[in-house]
Amino acid sequence: MSTTGLAPSPPSGSAIARPPRERTSSWPLVDRIAYGLCWAVGIGLCLIALAIVLFMLVKGISYLRPGLLVQSPAPSIQQSESGGFLDPIVGTLIVAVLGVAIAAPVGIAIAVWLSEYRRPSLLARVVESAIEMIAGVPSVVLAIFGLLIFSQRFLGFLSETDAGGAVSGKSFFAAGTVMSLLALPLVVGATREGLAQLPDRMREASYALGRTRATTARRVLLPAIRPEIASGTALGLGRIIGDTAIITIVLGLTLTNEAVGHVPLIGTLRGSGSTLTSYIYTNSPAGEGSAPQKAYAAAFVLLLIVIALNGVVTWLTGRGEAPRGGILSRAFRLIPYMPDPSR
Amino acid sequence: MDRHPLTAERPRGRQHRWATARTDQRVELTLGALAVAALVLIGAMLITVLIKAWPSFAHNGLGWFGPGGDVETQLRAMGEGKALPGHSIFYFRAWPLIWGTILTTGSAVLIALVVSTLAAVFLTEFAPAGVRRVLDPVIRLLAGVPSVIYGLIGILVIAPYIDDHLLSTARRESVSYVVQLSGADVMTASLVLTVMIMPIMVAISAGALASVPASWREGSLALGANRWRTIWRVSLRTARPAIVAATVLATARALGEAVMLAMLGGGRGFAPNLLDGVTALFEPVRPLAATIFQNSEGLTIAPLAHTVYAIGAVLLVSAAMLSLAGWAAKQQFKRYGLRG
Repeated sequence: MSTTGLAPSPPSGSAIARPPRERTSSWPLVDRIAYGLCWAVGIGLCLIALAIVLFMLVKGISYLRPGLLVQSPAPSIQQSESGGFLDPIVGTLIVAVLGVAIAAPVGIAIAVWLSEYRRPSLLARVVESAIEMIAGVPSVVLAIFGLLIFSQRFLGFLSETDAGGAVSGKSFFAAGTVMSLLALPLVVGATREGLAQLPDRMREASYALGRTRATTARRVLLPAIRPEIASGTALGLGRIIGDTAIITIVLGLTLTNEAVGHVPLIGTLRGSGSTLTSYIYTNSPAGEGSAPQKAYAAAFVLLLIVIALNGVVTWLTGRGEAPRGGILSRAFRLIPYMPDPSR
Repeated sequence: MDRHPLTAERPRGRQHRWATARTDQRVELTLGALAVAALVLIGAMLITVLIKAWPSFAHNGLGWFGPGGDVETQLRAMGEGKALPGHSIFYFRAWPLIWGTILTTGSAVLIALVVSTLAAVFLTEFAPAGVRRVLDPVIRLLAGVPSVIYGLIGILVIAPYIDDHLLSTARRESVSYVVQLSGADVMTASLVLTVMIMPIMVAISAGALASVPASWREGSLALGANRWRTIWRVSLRTARPAIVAATVLATARALGEAVMLAMLGGGRGFAPNLLDGVTALFEPVRPLAATIFQNSEGLTIAPLAHTVYAIGAVLLVSAAMLSLAGWAAKQQFKRYGLRG
């Protein structure tokens, strides 16, 4: 796909710069301490991750019952009577689907424009930094901004309007839309990263066949970078699923998913509800209902989803040729959630 | 014929819709409009949040940022709609929250800067291939764990441990006239925050280190410098702008973290007093973002809402400036013709 595909790639830099057996015993003491610290930090990070996963695993296995997954939450102080977290799971699903359904197409479109058209170039630069800025805005600020927008009267059809005519602004519609802003920079970044890796000869060959840029992008470039787009979307999904602030502020934190009006699906989307993250928060000692066992069980489910998403990204980016530089996985470069303005 | 991406599509059917120059123009306009929409969104966000925040700033002036009274009492008074005696309903002094933000963000970023640079060096230079294959997904996992899970573990495991084992009665009593110590404190919050922002910094720093040309390092090695000296003098020196950019981005991240800090900071707007010595580590803290999060239920009450949006405006402006700073730092790195 990229240039490395043609010729056998030269031995990567690290292989040369890394003499096979340089003994650290000949190094000055300071250097040896630094070397030891590097190892300590590396191992320490692994231990932290291992501790988190193992701890959640133990807690999850001891508190997660299959019944919890299919029961709705119920208002009760007793942990045995407060039901399960079916509604939060459904809520997480709805928000994730809505968020990605908005973020993916818009993100891809912006990325294509930024990478393939970018005219006028000054505007493209400004849009680039706008995307970076969206990535940098705290989600709690996105949330209060979203609430402000969706509680305007003319958007009342998207959420609940009370008797006095005040629009609550809290609904799955609102939450999904605000959430899409979390995923957008990731989709844009991953798509641009993918487009940047495609060799120019692919574009040139397509132009030579008389195709327009739109056709080239649609038929040649985008199909070639499907794994990148998918991994960016999956990472965005992870961010959406993991966010609590937007849910608390824009979804309304009701115990169960409350439909507004009588139309089945639309009613739910207009209504308020909760997701796994907000369920964990409300059931933790920091929230009102203190039910740590339920919180642990829900957190375990959430962590499983996150790990599964991570696995999907690894699998998606692992296929194809080895990444440039050969040291870090491609998914690794997407961690900062930032579009890469390298072109 | 049927495998190559250029020829996989036969020139018929739906493709015609995309084929003419006019449709190409139309596509360009549509995509461009979407891109501009992102721009408009950021502009609208800045303007609407600032407008909504204005009453709070207007009533308090620059005193908004300063110290004065208990911020918790002020927020509660606004929530109840009863002005504090002798003050307007908008009376608000955010210093404890700002100080809390500076403390948590500052300490987390400082620790993470050292640790993540070491981790990035380890990942790109020292780790054997096997270890690297483990560490790479481990860091991605740490980046992906939702903040509410960090908060949950912190408040159910770390905070009770500190409460039971590290807090002596004498220490509790020494500050009991201003604040109660509960184990959820500035130290725990900062340490967990460090773990949360580290993956971003490692990712950017390691990416930059990996793109330092091998020949530059070989030159140093050939001159007889050992590997650590080479890393210190050549690789890290080249990657310095990227490390600066990573620090800036991580600062933005730490600044915006709300949920974990609301859970782990003790949930009380209090400015930890460094003059208390070690005890300051155990005092509660609540940064700006966490304050928005915890007061979100009062957004229907006008004075409180204006104040919350004012806090949001401060965060928004800081985030925008940090993102500009990060961009500027990255330009530096590009000067070497490298991408980070």
